[in-house]
Amino acid sequence: MTDFIEPQKKFNVESSGLDINAVPFKEVNQPGPASLLEQAKGFWVTFSTMFKKNQTVQYPDVKAPTAPRFHGRHQLNRHPDGLEKCIGCELCAWACPADAIYVEGGNNTPENQVSPGERHGAVYQINYLRCIFCGLCVEACPTRALTMTNEYELADDKREKLIFEKEDLLAPLRQGMLAPPHPMYPGMTDTNYYNGDVKESHPSQNLNGQG
Amino acid sequence: MTTAELLAKDPGWIIVVKALIVFVICVVSTLMAVWTERRVLAKMQLRTGPNRVGKFGLLQSLSDGVKLALKEDIIPAAADKIVFIIAPIIATAMCFMSFAVIPMTGVVNLFGHKTALQLTDLPVGVLYVLAVTSIGVYGVVLAGWSSGSTYPLLGGLRSSAQVISYEVAMGLSLVAVFIYAGSMSTSVIVSSQHQHIWNVVVLFPSFIIYVISMVGETNRAPFDLAEAEGELVGGFHTEYSSLKFALFFLAEYVNIIAVSALATTLFLGGYHALPGLGFTEQWLGGWFTFIWFLLKVNFFFFIFMWLRGTLPRLRYDQFMKFGWKVLIPVSLVWILIVATLRVLQQEGASRPVVIAFAGGVVLIVMAISSLSDRSKQKSRAPLPEGEAPDFPIPSLPHVKSVKVSGGE
Repeated sequence: MTDFIEPQKKFNVESSGLDINAVPFKEVNQPGPASLLEQAKGFWVTFSTMFKKNQTVQYPDVKAPTAPRFHGRHQLNRHPDGLEKCIGCELCAWACPADAIYVEGGNNTPENQVSPGERHGAVYQINYLRCIFCGLCVEACPTRALTMTNEYELADDKREKLIFEKEDLLAPLRQGMLAPPHPMYPGMTDTNYYNGDVKESHPSQNLNGQG
Repeated sequence: MTTAELLAKDPGWIIVVKALIVFVICVVSTLMAVWTERRVLAKMQLRTGPNRVGKFGLLQSLSDGVKLALKEDIIPAAADKIVFIIAPIIATAMCFMSFAVIPMTGVVNLFGHKTALQLTDLPVGVLYVLAVTSIGVYGVVLAGWSSGSTYPLLGGLRSSAQVISYEVAMGLSLVAVFIYAGSMSTSVIVSSQHQHIWNVVVLFPSFIIYVISMVGETNRAPFDLAEAEGELVGGFHTEYSSLKFALFFLAEYVNIIAVSALATTLFLGGYHALPGLGFTEQWLGGWFTFIWFLLKVNFFFFIFMWLRGTLPRLRYDQFMKFGWKVLIPVSLVWILIVATLRVLQQEGASRPVVIAFAGGVVLIVMAISSLSDRSKQKSRAPLPEGEAPDFPIPSLPHVKSVKVSGGE
């Protein structure tokens, strides 16, 4: 290892015929300083701006809506009967450039059917201290389980509080949804679920006898 | 009765009360000035500015001050402790002292005593202000040096160079006022303006030079090279925290208000009303003159804010060039003209002589400016063929140095 890079070939100005003087001179139009009146225009800009409507949003009092596709906090979606869409495949974790997502898959059993099919996400964590909100995880998700909301108020005073667990990320139960685990819709396979054939929960899915 | 005679009759307790009033005016106007500046600058930048503490955010600077006072006071290990502590005290005390000679009201009734709101009236009042503000520079220089750190040192040196350079121009611009008023006493200058016409009209070039140099003197944008955030972190006060930093902050703003008050006194007729509104001076038992004074000071303070909102910071060499090669020669020539006119007037020269002199000056100025324009045009003329300048080029390793001469 040497400290400097040895030039490969000695460059000789005379022999190469490349002379700086070979380059023709070109007159470049360089305007000098503008006139004093022209320069004073800036003062009018600042003065007139004082009487314009200002752009500040009084944030905690007024919350301006974000752009519709703003990358905010993640959400783990559900099928219309309440079963989770996440199948614990870890593709989101692999796609994540900031290594912010941690997933552990688990087997679905007849007693513990969390999502349609064989597997579900048993542990799902997103570390919002690492997340850069690039959305590559959403692109990677094969079941549209992971999407992003517009929620942007993610500040907190403890590092631990900024690691969101599955319960923090799961979408709320809507009308007609039952909290998993519960059996799949009678007569439906996971393919039917993905094709959108399941529109709501079936009374037989309710194990707790409610709803 | 002149103001000096009026003030000479003040009993001791009135002087103490007035000193207290002047101090309170300085501190309160600093708090207000910080708030005003933040709000006005925000307006110039399409923002709102502080509006949450108190009504319209009026208490923002007060809460900032309390916050500063409650912070941890750090003295760096490399600092010279005694000087480090004395420096902010010097800077602040000198700013307050310059307010002693500023006449803020006409004759008023203060606790049953007929006096004027002016602490003292020195025969050399304006020189006193200049002297005191230059001692204030010691605060800045010592702060920079005693911090035991590079950036504060550079900031302190820049600041001293700057203030010394611009103090010359400032002093020269005031000479014309002295010649015209025949006195250096602030109250006499105010009353002479009241009898004739404001100095801003007759001595307009002096006024412009003073306004420019007062911005340089107070280290404010666009001349804030001493605390250029992008270059020197915080400048001379980088290592300061807590109350000591607050003192520098206070000093900066009191200094701004002091030079504005001096400008008001010397050029805008002091506490007197605008021409034609003289009847307002009797309102509130004469205290209304204080409102006129405040209005004029605020006018200058607005200029400070306007400059800060509009202009970028100057490069150091351009700044020095402007001070030494433009401001000082121009004010020297201007003093010559004013002095000559004054002598002609006092010697009872006839009107044609005065007009001839003024016309001669105008002709000379026009001739010089057209000559300089022509020389500029000549230097801009296209380069003749084959006459390119000879630039020496530093040699690169393994390459023979190239001599550049005329393009063919």
